[in-house]
Amino acid sequence: METVLTTHFDNGQYRRVDRYVELGGYAALRQALAGPKERIVDEVKKANLRGRGGAGFPAGVKWGFLPKDLSRPRILVINADEGEPGTFKDRQIMSKGPHLLIEGIVISSFALTIHTCYIYIRGEFVREAKILEEAVSEAYAGGFLGKNILGSGFDLDVTVHRGAGAYICGEETSTINSLEGKRGWPRVKPPFPASVGAFGLPTIVNNVETIADVPWIVTHGGEKFASLGVEKNGGTRLVGISGPVNRPGIYELSAAVSLREVIYTHAGGLKDGKALKAVIPGGSSTPVLRPDEIDVTFDIESMMKIGTMAGTAGIIVIPEGSCMVRALLVLMNFYAHESCGQCTPCREGTGWLARIMRRIEEGNGRHGDIELILDVCDNMMGRTICALADAAVMPAQSFIWKFREEFDRHIHEKKCPFGNRF
Amino acid sequence: MSAAFTDTARRELEAILARYPNKEAAILPALHLAQKEFGYVSDEAIVCVATLLGFTPARIEGVATFYTMYNRKPVGKYHLQICRNLSCSLLGAEHLIEHVSRKLGIRPGETTPDGKFTLSRVECLGSCGTAPVLQLNDDYHEDLNEEKIDALLDRLP
Repeated sequence: METVLTTHFDNGQYRRVDRYVELGGYAALRQALAGPKERIVDEVKKANLRGRGGAGFPAGVKWGFLPKDLSRPRILVINADEGEPGTFKDRQIMSKGPHLLIEGIVISSFALTIHTCYIYIRGEFVREAKILEEAVSEAYAGGFLGKNILGSGFDLDVTVHRGAGAYICGEETSTINSLEGKRGWPRVKPPFPASVGAFGLPTIVNNVETIADVPWIVTHGGEKFASLGVEKNGGTRLVGISGPVNRPGIYELSAAVSLREVIYTHAGGLKDGKALKAVIPGGSSTPVLRPDEIDVTFDIESMMKIGTMAGTAGIIVIPEGSCMVRALLVLMNFYAHESCGQCTPCREGTGWLARIMRRIEEGNGRHGDIELILDVCDNMMGRTICALADAAVMPAQSFIWKFREEFDRHIHEKKCPFGNRF
Repeated sequence: MSAAFTDTARRELEAILARYPNKEAAILPALHLAQKEFGYVSDEAIVCVATLLGFTPARIEGVATFYTMYNRKPVGKYHLQICRNLSCSLLGAEHLIEHVSRKLGIRPGETTPDGKFTLSRVECLGSCGTAPVLQLNDDYHEDLNEEKIDALLDRLP
């Protein structure tokens, strides 16, 4: 299959600008700078490029939200705060093909008349930030960044900005607050970042993978990119798969692939020939699936039809013999830890979910606890500034709806039938 | 006791400030710098950053305490942060945390009396395809098992 991003990822030198240029890099930028800006935006729209950060919003439409008037400078923020459990794709792009991202940044900035870009990278990615900073320096030295890029008269500055350990900073208004030197508290919308974003300026926040796709779209055209995927969901995706499978990792695949194919063909099935018990399809926040639900194409719309989300395309495989209560406890601890504390339903609700899950897992569950969890979920969903509360509720509800008997058994038997281990 | 940035760190901070439209945006980078300078984000380090950037210490502390990577207490020479999220747990992370805990004689969140090791349980490090994973200071160590962790710990000076 045709690949957009990972073609040269096995080449250890691909992260260097010289090798990147040798292999055709920055040709798309030259092409873009030579033509009208509108063409780039049109191609991205035709490409059906959906945001790769989890929400899947059409990138071209998001770009269209910028105000028409150019009197205020605009900002591009790259969301490299990869933190959704099960997701590890942007790290691959940044460490193996950082110039793909930088080239995408310059093309997108040119198209949107942006002269300042910040790459907000999660703080733990110290090495990746260093690789990116080196690549940015190389790009400045090569005339791909800075003043008068490649003689076009277009200027762009890029700064790598490190976060400091907070999942919430992947939420775009939280990213902006954090970039501004504040706590990573999400903002009430409206106003949306496209009108009032970083430093009060119109701002576009895009995921690493989304922007890294842009050079290919410029070179090959939006229609070609669209044809690599399915209707309304163009291109390839970096699909991550983790958990006890034979070949975990990142696979660049068309959205037309089925979940079963990812798990059993690409990842080689489960370790030790174990049976499949459950699949979290697109990062920890997406509703869990049972083994009889995986014969479905792994695109945004198809996943929505079966009540879940393609999310970040980070698949977590849970094998037979693993305790679903314990698995959910791990996730609930995560959301309780990461709630920013701003909205009461989330701050209190995530804590309650974690505490109730703990007592059920430890054999102290009470009759009515499951109804209590579902009630707490109802009081969280849709009642907060950002989607973190929803992100905790979706696994909680779906685990209970689909694996209710395991929760009941924990409560009735007053112990974990799996011995409190994975 | 007052703490001050070295000249090198001050120059680094100047370079950082040049990249942003205001001093506020330099708070996170300045705190990273302070942690590197002083080993952790002590009260003195907070006052130092506040003075250099022109904010109140409370403003800086409010930011420092929001983010998990700023250590408000000293940590050991080697900070072992083991991921406890789902992909790592499914592949034995809980067991590895217990193993390291036994080996070092400390619980998660504690530092060995000689100040050499701090053990932390952390949330997803974004390396799920090579789980279980730990971060040792700035570096990731992946596809872990007991033997690999033992070998890693044993070769640290």
